[in-house]
Amino acid sequence: MNQFALEIKGLKKTYKGGVHALKSINLEIPKGSFFGLLGENGAGKTTTIGIITDLVKKNSGTVKVFGFDIDENLIDAKKQVAVVPQEFNFNIFEKVEDILTYQAGYYGIPKSEAKTRIDKLLKDLDLEDKRKVPSRMLSGGMKRRLMIARALILEPKLLILDEPTAGVDVLLRQQTWDYLKKLNQSGITILLTTHYLEEAEQLCDQIAVIKKGEIVICDRKENLLKSLTKKTYILDFDRKPQSINGYQCQIVENSLEVTLTKGQQLQQLLSDLNQSAELLDIRHKSNRLEQVYLDLLNSN
Amino acid sequence: MQKFIPFFTIFNKELNRFFRIWTQTLLPPVINQVLYFLVFGTFIGQAIGQINGLSYIEFIIPGLVAMTVLNGAFMNVVSSFFGAKFQRQIEELLVSPITTHTIILGYTLAGMCRGIIVGALVYLTSQVFVSTTIVNPLFLLVMVFLASFVFAQAGLSNAIFARKFDDVNIFPTFILRPLIYFGGVFYSIANLPAKWQFMTKVNPIFYMVDGFRYGFFGVSELQANYAFVILGVFAIGFYSFNYYLISNGVRLKS
Repeated sequence: MNQFALEIKGLKKTYKGGVHALKSINLEIPKGSFFGLLGENGAGKTTTIGIITDLVKKNSGTVKVFGFDIDENLIDAKKQVAVVPQEFNFNIFEKVEDILTYQAGYYGIPKSEAKTRIDKLLKDLDLEDKRKVPSRMLSGGMKRRLMIARALILEPKLLILDEPTAGVDVLLRQQTWDYLKKLNQSGITILLTTHYLEEAEQLCDQIAVIKKGEIVICDRKENLLKSLTKKTYILDFDRKPQSINGYQCQIVENSLEVTLTKGQQLQQLLSDLNQSAELLDIRHKSNRLEQVYLDLLNSN
Repeated sequence: MQKFIPFFTIFNKELNRFFRIWTQTLLPPVINQVLYFLVFGTFIGQAIGQINGLSYIEFIIPGLVAMTVLNGAFMNVVSSFFGAKFQRQIEELLVSPITTHTIILGYTLAGMCRGIIVGALVYLTSQVFVSTTIVNPLFLLVMVFLASFVFAQAGLSNAIFARKFDDVNIFPTFILRPLIYFGGVFYSIANLPAKWQFMTKVNPIFYMVDGFRYGFFGVSELQANYAFVILGVFAIGFYSFNYYLISNGVRLKS
């Protein structure tokens, strides 16, 4: 039995004009995983998603969705997938309810069944009172939730989210994360592309980094974080602190940024503190995945 | 029955769209043709007299109905499909497991409905000016179906190729309108010099107008059945062309 939700082998795409968007990428996404695909703008994330969802024509390579090859069995492959694209692409004149009903119809879902699903999704995504509202009247966050509802009405086995929380406020982002976690726990495989590395660190169990059309790393999140060679902490004091000998330090007003290299321990740092100023707080400067990501992008 | 749900979804969505904006889709052609009936049919027509045994207003009714049907079918598909492409809603369809045939037929049949509805409205309006009886209703019905099918297909091809809103008007303005005006809507081919008779005979719209006139009044200037052949060829041609374009993602996928 196939253990992968998505198998990509030797996938290549060159756009007209000669841009090599994908240079033979390989990717395997296990069933039930929450998979993060990270990369800079133009790295090839959206092209990869476009090929999986049949919006972009590949040059070569194979893509299998739950075992269905998109070259041999495209219709069955498409039935397994729902996508939440980066940009809003619904009819701005249609009502929320109609957008969802039509989407269900495209997949052959009868109206009665669609109505049941719509009721549940609008409730879950807090859009119940917007049911009869034309989509153009929704706020940015509501539009984003409508896109998620539109994908989920299909009850897909593989949900692809392309920057799902772009432009969403902090509270709503947290709610979206909670919702996505629940979906994943219910058995849906999720492929997420995001610029928010904190989002990937919070949600994903596996992560791949794509750089200039090539997968530069693909591993479990824990393994990636273990590879960290540097950690930066910010120590806040009640007045201007001094540097600590033997550590890479930077003083910013009443704070001290200390970067620990491999072998240096936080506990040792704290015991080496010899400050007249009083320590008020200690925290990470950035999330850990961001550091791994930046190291990868900066490496050759 | 479940396999037809995607087709009926596209079809219903399109019907809802043009009924929702009926002041832009259904009303203007009726007003437009009323002006033709009034100015050409009533005011100028009295001075022209009879053509092929028909009063001038009777003579122009079939052509004006045909013009309305094909314009309605064409414009519905071209504006809706291009709008969906422009706003990227077409991606909803392209990522879904809908077959190419379903996409083509869903859009086409909805376009045909608009063409047929506005055609019927224009015919009913013409009865305010002159009372007529349809002589060959079955023939006319087949003509209406075929003509609306062909022009809905043409609208789809235009929409697929269009890159900007201006492109949507290229075919109707520079090709369709001249063909209609030189297609025997307002005059009999018998009254033209030989050169213009030839020009009219190579115009496919002429055969359609002639076919409509035969359906309405049993009067035609050539063999009315030619219209079936020509429309049949165009129907198969456009359908195959659109199938090729959509299934290969021409101007739809990167």
